[in-house]
Amino acid sequence: MNTDLIIPGRYLDNYDIASLAKHAMEDIDPGFASKVAEGDVIVAGRNFGCGSSREQAPLVLKELGVGAVVAESFARIFYRNAINVGLPVVACADASLIEDGDTVEIDLAAGTLSSSSGLESGFPPLPPKLLEILEKGGLVSALKERFRPCRPGTGR
Amino acid sequence: MSGRSFAQKVLSRASGCDAAVGDTVVAKVDLAMSHENAALVSSKFREMGAERIWDPSRVVLVFDHRMPANTVSAAEGHRRVRLFAEEMGVESFYQHGEGICHQVLPEMGHVRSGDLIVGSDSHTTTYGAFGAFATGIGATEMAAVWATGELWFRVPETLRIQIDGGMPSGCMSKDVVLKAIGELGADGADYCCVEYTGGTVDDMSVSSRMVLCNMAIEMGAKAGVCFPDEKTRQYLEERGSGGDELFSDEGSAQRRHPMDVSNLVPQVAAPHSVDNVLPADELRDVAVDQAVLGSCTNGRLEDLQAAAALLKGRKVSASTRLIVVPASRETALQAMEDGTMQALMEAGAIVTNPGCGPCLGAHQGLLAAGETAIASTNRNFRGRMGSPDAEVYLASPLTVAASALTGRITDPREVMR
Ligand code: SF4
Repeated sequence: MNTDLIIPGRYLDNYDIASLAKHAMEDIDPGFASKVAEGDVIVAGRNFGCGSSREQAPLVLKELGVGAVVAESFARIFYRNAINVGLPVVACADASLIEDGDTVEIDLAAGTLSSSSGLESGFPPLPPKLLEILEKGGLVSALKERFRPCRPGTGR
Repeated sequence: MSGRSFAQKVLSRASGCDAAVGDTVVAKVDLAMSHENAALVSSKFREMGAERIWDPSRVVLVFDHRMPANTVSAAEGHRRVRLFAEEMGVESFYQHGEGICHQVLPEMGHVRSGDLIVGSDSHTTTYGAFGAFATGIGATEMAAVWATGELWFRVPETLRIQIDGGMPSGCMSKDVVLKAIGELGADGADYCCVEYTGGTVDDMSVSSRMVLCNMAIEMGAKAGVCFPDEKTRQYLEERGSGGDELFSDEGSAQRRHPMDVSNLVPQVAAPHSVDNVLPADELRDVAVDQAVLGSCTNGRLEDLQAAAALLKGRKVSASTRLIVVPASRETALQAMEDGTMQALMEAGAIVTNPGCGPCLGAHQGLLAAGETAIASTNRNFRGRMGSPDAEVYLASPLTVAASALTGRITDPREVMR
């Protein structure tokens, strides 16, 4: 699954993520955007998100309400981008054992994943620094604190 | 295993720590490049509450993807970036069609050996051809770099691709790297720093080495590098650049992939993934509607010259349009001066302004459903060059020119003189 399939380059002159998101995955799954429901989990194979550095790829998925992407492995830049925009990504070797329609429960800090069809699996949890970025909703929110103007009298 | 790798040395220097493989370090960035997506970066930068770019002399902006603007929203994006750049005092802003970012940066002397370079574009790996550690990042991370000058990096493993053997006639560095990607797979070098070494690489021009490093991302690499030599030094010196040459210690690579190219034949990556690689000869039945010669992979002077040598005095097939996109203004001017452009245009080529052109399917030269292209670009993903129902094959400039000539995918050795 490459970034051009997640969001084609021809639409990238549109900087409005909500309207851009309508085109997510349309080249392989027309109607994807209207099918996704809040909290849905995308399950995928190897090298998810390979290709371009376009951050719009994780952004449109997040915009559509995708709760997490679970894949056997991720391409490096997509993985970083996902964390930086606050989209949970789980690299789980057993991803292919999750069945279509399963409900999955993921504990990012503990590195555990279970599915309603009975899969109990694990994955290496994120380093604490990255988990913190994800928990804050992405790098923008994480850095906002750093650039918050000093408030007199509070010692900050 | 022993010694320290190139990646470790650069990241140790830039972070001030002893960077061991697998560590996450926070490093100071030497150079930060963005293209049109600076529009997205600047809005993230504002959202963060940052006010000034940490060092406006280390940020380079280039318009290349949609230059000149082809839609109103592209024009508005350009305008936003112009206003932002002016406000921030960005010193190096190439906004008038100078060419593709990955060509313009080295040409204008921004790339230095041993530097840590980030770009909000995945083919930033290209600068490894000058002995820099260069990697692609996303827009939000770039905003963080603009604000702080720093970023976290996981210190990568090293994959050494040792390439030996004389380059056979009809083959170019593109064939070598396509072959490597076919062997290793699109995730074969995930997260790695790929080092290209060996006699074949030593014999290559700097431009040919840029092809290898450019395509490192297509095997998943974080960075690709060719170690500096006399040719690198000369190129950099001519551009008023230089840097600190860093080399891997012997035995520091975790993985090795030796290649002998003496019997290599021209290679083609068939749709829809870059690792779907076959000899050009096996695809001789594929008719091509469009042939594209250009991109940050293969739009340089030597690429245009190779194609012109094959096409000079001949005509492109009536069933095929050949689109030539010089990588930079400098490339275009040189190609005009030495007769390369003349030969290509006389053969029937459409020549566009320097930039990304049809490469990402956002500007000129899009494909209709059912059409097929052969391109010297770097990605053949579904929908990459226009309609999702079009097909893109990737090949060297020679194979692209040969295919334009016959109207079918053609091994250039069949038509070379
Ligand atoms: S030429 Fe193609 S791959 Fe290179 S920077 Fe432009 S769009 Fe990206």
